[in-house]
Formats: sequence, structure tokens, C-alpha cells
Amino acid sequence: MPLNTAPNLPDPDGFYDELLRAHEGLSQAESEALNARLILILCNHIGDGEVLREALRAAAA
Amino acid sequence: MVDVRYDIAFRLYPYVRVSAQDAAPLRHPVVIVGGGPIGMAAALDLGKRGTPVLVLDDHEGVGQGSRAICFSKRTLEIADRLGCADAMLAKGVQWNVGRVFHGPERIFEFNLQAEAGHKYPAFINLQQPYFEKFIVDEIRAAQAAGAPIEIRGQNLVTGLAQNDGFVTLEVETPDGPYQIEADWLIACDGARSPLRDMMGLGFEGRAFEDNFLIADVKMTADFPTERWFWFEPPFKGAGQSALLHKQPDNIWRIDFQLGWNIDRKAELDPARIRARVDAMLEAQTGTIPPYELEWTSIYTFQCRRMEKFRHGRVFFAGDAAHQVSPFGARGANSGLQDTENLAWKLDLVLRGLAPDALLDSYSPERVFAADENILNSSRATDFLTPKSDVSKAFRNAVLKLAQTHAFARPMVNSGRLSVPCTYDGLPLNGPDALNGPARSRVGAVCPDVPLGEGFLLNQLGRGFTLLGINTQVPDSLTESGIAVTPLQLSAQDGPLAERYLGAAPAAVYLIRPDQHIIARWPLFNDAATRQALRRAIGKA
Repeated sequence: MPLNTAPNLPDPDGFYDELLRAHEGLSQAESEALNARLILILCNHIGDGEVLREALRAAAA
Repeated sequence: MVDVRYDIAFRLYPYVRVSAQDAAPLRHPVVIVGGGPIGMAAALDLGKRGTPVLVLDDHEGVGQGSRAICFSKRTLEIADRLGCADAMLAKGVQWNVGRVFHGPERIFEFNLQAEAGHKYPAFINLQQPYFEKFIVDEIRAAQAAGAPIEIRGQNLVTGLAQNDGFVTLEVETPDGPYQIEADWLIACDGARSPLRDMMGLGFEGRAFEDNFLIADVKMTADFPTERWFWFEPPFKGAGQSALLHKQPDNIWRIDFQLGWNIDRKAELDPARIRARVDAMLEAQTGTIPPYELEWTSIYTFQCRRMEKFRHGRVFFAGDAAHQVSPFGARGANSGLQDTENLAWKLDLVLRGLAPDALLDSYSPERVFAADENILNSSRATDFLTPKSDVSKAFRNAVLKLAQTHAFARPMVNSGRLSVPCTYDGLPLNGPDALNGPARSRVGAVCPDVPLGEGFLLNQLGRGFTLLGINTQVPDSLTESGIAVTPLQLSAQDGPLAERYLGAAPAAVYLIRPDQHIIARWPLFNDAATRQALRRAIGKA
């Protein structure tokens, strides 16, 4: 399955808000740690090496 | 003069003047330079095959210091073929459980003994001097039984020339210099290999900017026989990581990762080391039990290898050819695999049964293994010593998630422990015509299997084996002057079927002297077997 870069979130504004609220009150280092944990959890959920490589390429572009 | 560079733990081969020192240079089929574990194992393997071999070492025995302490199952299997595994197993400490901590938190534990039905455990811990001594003891026993092995202590090689068809060595001794000629030379002279420098060969790779302090501590403590590893240890002065691991003789290996900018001399002050060890022991037991410092050392490391391991008539093996970080115990263990790869090939070529081309396969096979070891060891090092803020953030994220989520535990990397490499896609390999298990595919080391009272690997001889499972293989087969030993087995279920048949009803395996699999088929085919054997000895 290729990386899905088409709109896929049912409530984009709502999700964005939740993401920012997760970081509220955190220091820079705490936020970076949270982001790192979040990335690892999501990557494991995807669990497809080719999709993850595509995502890394898309993020780096 | 031959300088003494280190103290001796066991004086096993004192200098003896030999008549060759007064004569014209004598030609030897194989000369091994360096009497460490790799050189001695090579000598034992060749000598037991009946090929005359001379070992030159610039000291008179085994150096002090525990150094390499983790010896893998594959190393024990090789030592078993060479006749010295029982002594190692009897002396060594067996362990299966590893615990990983992050600060004061216990993150998780793992058990190495995932599978039953192997003669040897995944690992034993044994001080390197014992490991070396057991090999030399077996060399002495083999010599008594007629094996053509000679060891010369305090023989320092100071010069080397490659001629047409042989190598000339300049050798320094307490009685002055002499010359030796060799058809083939195996350089097992360690990470700083003087022979490599004499030949002007490079040793490229990656240096890691970190210092590790080893403290071997002698004490009677009732810690369990487990490997304990701390990331960011909670005890004072422990550095970025710490390790506690048991050795024989009530000795505990304690390792502290000190970082890059340290004063090595100050850190080796026994009072300073004791303060560190005290803090660690007190954190674990609440008190400081009496102990002695047995051996201490600070080391740094690099991950690097030579571009190729064969240069004309000179072969490089062990640390002389490749160097890895200690995480994963891939140094001495991979060096042993170098020698077992080379010994049977040299033996066949010296007997005129295989062409020189067979020796060309040594470098690509062992470079392939070295790259696998360097990759694993570099990845472990990057996890242990994050090189940037973001890599540290990810590392600590993995450690934190590992406490509650199983998915993160396989990412925790305090060293991926040494397993033998599979020579996938390399030139000596024959066809993989069986729909069999991946673990016993062409290029892999034969997995061990219990057979009656014994084990499969003990049924494989010194030479080539043709294994038939649930299908007939001929009682004898000779190709290119090489007699293949048949082994007829049957299996309906159990480990042999699981490890060698998978879904296939029957199988034929052709196996090398180093127990790597050459080819496999569903049924015996005479022409295919002969063709695969010719290929495996460099003739096709």
C-alpha cells in the first residue's frame, strides 16, 4: 500500500487542536520527547517499511 | 631484543632456541603470526587436519586481563569440533537472562535461551586467558597424538617480503634474528597488526569518541547470574551506561561508559575506580560488600575493516582484519569464524585437491560477515552513545516506551549478540532447490539438532557431508578426489524436521567442512551434487 498523502483525517482542525494541546505547558525538551514517542508509536502502528521510507522521503523533501 | 608489551597470565610456550635459527631459511606450508585465540584456533584446526603449521608469537604465553568474556554458541560449536569446548563449558559461567534498566527503572528483561535442542548455550562468560589456555592445552594434546603443530614463543616478526610463490619473514629472537619461509601466511596479530603496517595496507572505518572503563571485581555476592545493563545509571559517577556481568572465579565485570573528554590516567586511579564501584554496589545491595579490584582498563574502539582479507599469500584474520565495538561480543567470536572458514580451504589447496581460486573465497565471505558485524555493532554504539540531541531524544523515547509497550523493546539496543553470518548469494554456494526453512538455507551454518543421545553437529565430520533426511543418499561419493561422508537420517516431526524440512517431505543437504550449507534439494541427484561440490571447492 503506497503512502496516503490525500486528505484522510475526518476532522483536520480538531486533530490539529488536539496535537497542539498535547504540547501545552511543555518545555522545548519535553515537547521534543513527546514528538519522538509519538513518531515511534505511529511508525509501529504503520508497520510497513516501504510506507515508512516513503514518509521519510516526503518529510525530508 | 623482543620487547615485553604485556604481562603473562599463563606462560605456555617459553622461548626455546631451535636449530632453524642457525640454518638457511626453512620453508613451512603455513605460518601463523600471533598466538592469540584466533591464531591458536587456526593452528589447531590445520594441525588436526594434518597440515603442518608454525605459530610465531612475540610473547611466551597468554596475556593478562579478562578482555573478551562472552563466547557464543557458534564459538563453542567450533571449539567442540576442535576438541576443547568441554573445558570451556566446564569453566565458563552460563547465563540466559538479561535485564535492562533506564535510570532506576527496570525496563524489561530478555531470555537468550529461546530454543531447546542445542548442544551449547547461547553464550558463556569466560575470561579470555582461560579461553586461550584451553585451545593451547588441546594443541599440546594434539601434538602428543602426532598433529604437526609447532609454537615458537618470543619470536617477533620484524619484516615480510612476498616472493613468487612464497613469503619470507624476518624474525627477531632473544638469540638474534633469523629467516623463515612460508607457502602461506595467516596474520592474526591483532587490531594494531604490525604485518598490516609492514605491507602498507589500510584499515579504514569509523572511530567512536567514547571511553569505557572496565573494572573486574572479585567478590562473593549473591547477584543472580544475569547480564544487567543500565542506560543513564542512577548511581554516582557511572557515566552514560553501565554493565554488570558475572565471570568464573567470583569475578564480576563492571563497565562504565565515561564519555570522550576524560583524563585516562586519573580515571585509572584505584581510589577513583573504587568510588564508582562502591556507588554501584551500594545502589544494588544497600551496603558495600568487600571486594578486590582484579583488573582494570580503559578502552576506546573503532569499527573498521581492511578492504580485503587476502593479499597474495597472506591472509588476515580476527582483529587484524576487522575491528568492532565490544557491544554484541562480535570480536573474538567472529575471528574464530574467520579461522574455520580458512582452515579447510588452505588444507585442501595444500593437498592439491582444490585450486588457488578456493582461497579467493575467504575474503568475500569473511568481508560479508565483517560488514554484518560492523553494521550491528555500529548501530548498538549509536544507540548507547547518541551523537546529537535528536538522536538522544529518540533513544530516550524508546527506553521510556519500552517500559509499557512491547513494540519498543526490540528497538532497545545494548548490543545485538553475535550469531554466525549466512553467506547469502556468495560464489561458493550451490542451488537452493528445497522449499525448506529459511534458517537452513544455502550459505547458513547448520542449526544443531538433538539426535538420540547426541547432536547433529557431532555427526558432521571434518570434511564434506551429504545429509539425506527421509530419502536415500549413496553410501559413498567421491568427486575431484574428495570423499563425501554420507549421513542418513529420518524425521517425521521434532527439531530435525522443523529445522531442516519445514513443509518438505524429504531433503538432501550438501555441507562444507565448516558446517555451512552448500546446496539442498528435495531428492539426491548425482550430477547436481558433484557440480555443487566442484563449485564449493573453487573449481567451477
